[in-house]
Amino acid sequence: MTALLELQDVNKDYRVGGFLDRSTLHAVKHVSFTLDAEKPEIFTVVGESGSGKTTTARMILGNETPTSGTLRFMGKDIAAVRTRKERLEFMSRVQPIFQNPFEAFNPLTTLDYYLFSTARRFLGLKDKAAVEAATDKSLQHVGLSLAEVRGRYSHELSGGQLQRIAVARALIPGPKLIVADEPVSMVDASLRMSIVNLFRELRDTLGVSIIYITHDLSTAYYISDRVIIMHKGDVVEAGRAEDVLGNPTHEYSRALRSAVLPPDPVVASAIIREKLRAI
Amino acid sequence: MLAAVENKPVSVEAKPVLRVEGLKAYYQMNYFGVRREVRAVDDVSLTINRNEIYGIAGESSSGKSSLIKTIAGAITPPLRVVEGSVKFDFGGKELDVYAQRPAMKAARWKHLSYVMQGSMNVLNPVRKVKHAFRDFAFKHMGLSEGEFRARVESHLQRIGLDPRVLESYPHQLSGGMRQRLTIGLATVCEPEFIIADEPTTALDVLVQQDVLALIKGVQQRMGSSIIFVTHDMTVHAAIADRIGIVYAGRLVEEGSTLDVFQHPQHPYTAHLIASLPRIGDTRKRVALGGKPPNLADPPSGCRFHPRCPLAVDKCKSENPPLLARNSGRVACWRAGEVEAA
Repeated sequence: MTALLELQDVNKDYRVGGFLDRSTLHAVKHVSFTLDAEKPEIFTVVGESGSGKTTTARMILGNETPTSGTLRFMGKDIAAVRTRKERLEFMSRVQPIFQNPFEAFNPLTTLDYYLFSTARRFLGLKDKAAVEAATDKSLQHVGLSLAEVRGRYSHELSGGQLQRIAVARALIPGPKLIVADEPVSMVDASLRMSIVNLFRELRDTLGVSIIYITHDLSTAYYISDRVIIMHKGDVVEAGRAEDVLGNPTHEYSRALRSAVLPPDPVVASAIIREKLRAI
Repeated sequence: MLAAVENKPVSVEAKPVLRVEGLKAYYQMNYFGVRREVRAVDDVSLTINRNEIYGIAGESSSGKSSLIKTIAGAITPPLRVVEGSVKFDFGGKELDVYAQRPAMKAARWKHLSYVMQGSMNVLNPVRKVKHAFRDFAFKHMGLSEGEFRARVESHLQRIGLDPRVLESYPHQLSGGMRQRLTIGLATVCEPEFIIADEPTTALDVLVQQDVLALIKGVQQRMGSSIIFVTHDMTVHAAIADRIGIVYAGRLVEEGSTLDVFQHPQHPYTAHLIASLPRIGDTRKRVALGGKPPNLADPPSGCRFHPRCPLAVDKCKSENPPLLARNSGRVACWRAGEVEAA
């Protein structure tokens, strides 16, 4: 097997506090995992706020350098990416999707600008028709078309559509890996499933691996192949989604699992009554 | 299994504590001679009984926040009440929110309180927590300084907070503690009616159940009524007695929690429930196409028809009325045809 992404004992520390009470915050501790290049998969990182899941994502994207340990993408150390050419090549293979699509796009800029400039920069296209063709092709993958998006501003579209456009933008360079940090937490319930289903489709039709970062265990179970659960920087449990989320063994993952309310009034109200008795 | 459900059935003779009739509240703007009207609350009628948790579900920009703000009488222009009335019944005395302003002001917090969404934004970051309690509740309780302090402390203890939090600043407390504080703040006067706007949305999953149990416990002890607003259907499943589904400013379905979950009548409700992912089930969920309507220019007829899988010609031209069906009400020309979606 050739590794697409390989994390080896990755640590990240932050120095916090002032001059007199300086301390070290271990945001990510000894994280290791490998994604296979031949078998695209949806790899989910689950954790609460402060668990280090976003820091891990930022390191994979090359926005943070690890304090120790190495991250390799297609055999190359991400920290060793130095020149503009290397950086562009890396970025065209690894693309991000952010949490809040309303913040990711400047409200004063038309959305097609983001798509066209991504196509120009990563595909090196100069010709207007070629740029538009590339943009339209990737919009088709997410169920939109350039005709619908051209000249529109972010406030004219719903969160679900904006998040689709964010995915389309990420697809333009033809990435191998998409890092999606809480991509559905700001999207309405009726549109959430369309984004999550889209990730499945990307994996199956385009062969893109996806690192899906979330605190929502139900969607994690729904789409993931493998899952790791992070708690205060540590990976407390890792494995196949059915095993980790279906039968968690670690104390913390069991607590997380039982904190998920089932969408069933009979069971859910019984859980709350049980809690009430305990108080 | 059914016998285990404690959610109370809706009794007919129960005297409603809140009666909303034909409420219309629009955002009306007039800039440079261009009039715009956004129909955020469009002809909503509902009643809420004593000792009941009523859940309002709907997505962002469906008008659910405008609806509860209008019910609380906490609206400022450009949002205006165009038609209809909101009447509370506090201890046998009827109170019209929009006709009796001074009486309403006196009733606020004593009879009607509000748990707000971002607990961070409610508590003043540069003042100690005790000042928040003083500002909100002191004048409504008619107690002396010492008695007031003792009452607040015993109240905090009952909701699982150390009274020492009164001497701390909001940033020293965790998100769960702050949310408990805002619940404590809203319940310290033991009001008959509480409006809760997404009280658990900003919380970590691990504390969510505790906060929900706390709300339910406080409600049961005081016998008060709660309007509980959230877009998260699993939260409604856990604590609501009845659920109202809001779509594009209108109430489209209402019923007991069990009925809404097990036999949704409106296609939108059916979709909301069918698309909920469950652990232990990876069957593909069908996503709803289209996008939520723009309330400044809503679709004709039934506002859900452009996204509705069951839409017929009648749906495009005529707005379906909210009619009684099963234990609740539904506004749909093809109500009930989505059974077991």
